[in-house]
Amino acid sequence: MSKKFDSKEIILNVENLNTTFVSDQKKIRIVKNVSFQLKRGTALAVVGESGCGKSVTMNSIMRFLGRNAIIEADSIQYNALHDGEVKEYHIEKIDKPHGPEMRSLRGPEMSMVFQDPMSSLNPVYRVGDQVAEGLLQHNKGMTKAEAKERVLDMFRKLGIPDPEQRINNFPHEFSGGMKQRVVIAIAMICNPELIICDEPTTALDVTIQAQIMELLKDMQVKEGKSIVLITHNMGLVAEMADEVCVMYMGRVVEFGSLEDVFDRTSHPYTQALLRSVPVLGLADGQKLETIPGATPNPADLKGGCEFADRCPYATDKCREKDIPMYELSPGHRVRCIRYSEYPLAEDGQKDAEVK
Amino acid sequence: MSNTNTMSIKEQNKSAASSLMKKNIRKFLRNKLAVFGLVVIVAITIACVAAAIMGIDYSTPNMTMMKKPPSSEFLFGTDTIGRDLLARVLFGGCYSIFIGVFCAVMSSVVGAVLGAIAGYFGGKVDMLLIRLSEIFQAFPQLVLVMMLVAILGERSMGNMLFVFIVTGWMTTFRMVRNEFMSLKGETYVKVCEAFGMSKINIMFKQILPNVLTPIIVSTTTNVAYFILQEASLSFIGLGVADSTPTWGNILNAAKSLQVVQNQWWIWVFPGAAISLFVLAINFLGDGLRDVLDAKQQ
Amino acid sequence: MSDKKEVIFKIENLQTWFPIKKGAFKKVVGHVKAVDDVSLEIYKGETLGIVGESGCGKSTFGKTVMMLEKATGGQVLFNYDGEFRDITKFNKEEMFEFRKKVQMVFQDPYSALNPQKKIYTSFEEPLIVHGMSDQTEREARMQEVLKMVNIQPDYLMRYPHEFSGGQRQRLCIARALEVMPEVLICDEPVSALDVSIQAQVLNLMKDIQKDLNLTYLFIAHDLSVVQYMSDRIVVMYLGKIVEVADSHALYDEPLHPYTKALLSAIPVPDIHNEKKRQVLEGEVPSPINKPTGCAFHNRCPHCMEICKTQDPGLFVQNNENGHMVACHLYKKADNN
Repeated sequence: MSKKFDSKEIILNVENLNTTFVSDQKKIRIVKNVSFQLKRGTALAVVGESGCGKSVTMNSIMRFLGRNAIIEADSIQYNALHDGEVKEYHIEKIDKPHGPEMRSLRGPEMSMVFQDPMSSLNPVYRVGDQVAEGLLQHNKGMTKAEAKERVLDMFRKLGIPDPEQRINNFPHEFSGGMKQRVVIAIAMICNPELIICDEPTTALDVTIQAQIMELLKDMQVKEGKSIVLITHNMGLVAEMADEVCVMYMGRVVEFGSLEDVFDRTSHPYTQALLRSVPVLGLADGQKLETIPGATPNPADLKGGCEFADRCPYATDKCREKDIPMYELSPGHRVRCIRYSEYPLAEDGQKDAEVK
Repeated sequence: MSNTNTMSIKEQNKSAASSLMKKNIRKFLRNKLAVFGLVVIVAITIACVAAAIMGIDYSTPNMTMMKKPPSSEFLFGTDTIGRDLLARVLFGGCYSIFIGVFCAVMSSVVGAVLGAIAGYFGGKVDMLLIRLSEIFQAFPQLVLVMMLVAILGERSMGNMLFVFIVTGWMTTFRMVRNEFMSLKGETYVKVCEAFGMSKINIMFKQILPNVLTPIIVSTTTNVAYFILQEASLSFIGLGVADSTPTWGNILNAAKSLQVVQNQWWIWVFPGAAISLFVLAINFLGDGLRDVLDAKQQ
Repeated sequence: MSDKKEVIFKIENLQTWFPIKKGAFKKVVGHVKAVDDVSLEIYKGETLGIVGESGCGKSTFGKTVMMLEKATGGQVLFNYDGEFRDITKFNKEEMFEFRKKVQMVFQDPYSALNPQKKIYTSFEEPLIVHGMSDQTEREARMQEVLKMVNIQPDYLMRYPHEFSGGQRQRLCIARALEVMPEVLICDEPVSALDVSIQAQVLNLMKDIQKDLNLTYLFIAHDLSVVQYMSDRIVVMYLGKIVEVADSHALYDEPLHPYTKALLSAIPVPDIHNEKKRQVLEGEVPSPINKPTGCAFHNRCPHCMEICKTQDPGLFVQNNENGHMVACHLYKKADNN
């Protein structure tokens, strides 16, 4: 609430989002003080390993979580822009996660693509009907024929061959990549401004992943959609994102533009993520850097920096209390108290020399 | 450092091993209904067995005490020929519980073994066993009992046990078969195959422990099912011979409308015993399901 | 260079077909040709990487090589101290002995350990089966392999669910090493693990290989992981080998159009990388109805007439480094 921003420029503003799960009378904080802004028409990548809270963050924003989740936030503001007019939605103030207000947002304004295309589609309905369903739901009075026409257009846009025949098929008649296209069609059919993609290609082959990514990039560049891409693959981040949000154990540990995060990597975790993944063309005998230990259990965390036990730069101070976010440069923030002491990532130094 | 140890790893860590058991017991104790079920089952069983050991007289008719309502002398009253109903219910409990437990365990064993074979080997063996189970499923239990009575010319406990096991193994069979079908695709089965372990070893030592939870749960609920079956068969007079008091046989005495209307205690007490016991078993079964499910841990 | 090395596996025209049965009488109406006429040599002490998309038959190939899947044709010759014996014709006892020579690490560490059993039991059973009846001896071996994967011996009394994915995969590797195999077949060993854990496991596997002089058959869909691990790489497409090359030759000068597409499809975590991405059209056809001729022709950007009718077959394109490819583009150049 404190910061002023241009709601025409910013499509999604999240401030201090906390999500807590209650299970067995225990409360476990999965998402902790997450804040970020998404600029209209850009792609934000949320990176992290499984269990880091990246999916929970996005599901909290979409209000998809079950009753055992407690969502608290200073602000989750979605700014819809139609014909130059901005309409603000304060998602954190909406009471019912499945009430009419939230439902009117999902679909026409923001929508989600899930990881597993195999289980995202209902096996007993024809895919065309599944895509048209959202359309008919949000446009009262639209005839089935009109809806079908829209679905056909969407299928053509997404490169599904023989759309006239394919809309009458059942999901099992599609391959994995084609199913994911159908899922994207469902997400896109109501023409939303914001598309949240939760690991959209993890279940797919690389050549199919390339096709899907091309599709998403097209939607962002040509149609001006805003995209949130949840992934653990730094390669996809480098290709897709404008801004990067790195998460670890429920916290944003680094946030910045693509150049900030890749060239001026400032959090030890981000550095480790970049260096521990094998890339093509490594020299013989060159070893991967490893991050020692395993991701801790969110129920056992003691406070202080969550990464301290695995961090080569950790000191006693890191374990004392929660680490605040430091702003390195406009838009580049890092949650590490030693950001000024250790050397920048090698890439960054080389780059600086070249310049 | 570990070479200096003379004690085996197994013995050194015995304390750690029992912690899972403790955890399960604690989890079970938290489930109030299941504990209630267990207590009721144990109480009824002990009472029945104790009565049988003490040799309470349940069978001598006493013409002077016919159809007496419950009193301090006869807590449950007396039946149509003056026998103590409490003694009969307790004695009958021994037989009924025995029939229930024995049939449930045996039909589970038969079902589990056949199910393991069908599920693990698949193909023709599977098809054969499935057809067999379908045939048995299609065969009315009642007709089978009548046939046996007709052939053997008598009603006996053995008959009933045989019929119950023969007609009762199919549900366990199907469940175990389906579990095996999916579990044989698990990686740890492949690992065992890669080590060259025998099929028998894989089936019964590797996969079966993972199916044990549903088998145990279904066995407990089957105990209840068989007790009810026994009661209904005995009630219509096709069960155990009249001289053996089972809960069903006691109820049999209340078949006439007159008794139902005028001597309520003759049917209420055995009926209540059956209902209470069956309910308790179902509570216990539910509780066990929650505790034993390894996936939830 | 390669002919100096000792061959440990010689695979000749290996076929693994699965029949498709239909109707009430289970008539065989066709075959899924998961592995279709594959010939390959594996050298002692090397890491041979096998890469391909899902459904290309790489996993089936791995399983067939150790006879977890029955081969429908061809032979797999294993080097018994210089004498090659065909394992597809082994009887039960011979197979049982062979199980000690070749072991496998599977993709999913979460289901690779029996959830009902303590790690101790899961580790003990293979040793008992293979005739190590003395408990002290067994425990000594168990401690030895656990040391290799950096896991404390007292963890043995725990249940699998108490371990993280990375620890579980290390346990699985340790268990496979118990019987002292010569060859370890690794089927996607890291794809189920978190990225920060993958490097740990990969480096560990490299160290173990060096210490024990193991031969790895490393199967994965992720070309960058395969390239990091392997000395030579085999690229498979629809049950056939399309290219075999040294790991660096494959990266520096890929020959087959499919390999090129695969390389270009991998996202690189480097924002200054200005590569042209070549997006492959279409999808992998079903292995039931494979295209005639070269199986890749309907997606190939360089498809010629001959590709549609004739299978190019695998041939050596570069004699110096043994670079092999199955593509008509290079066959023509060869004939000239």
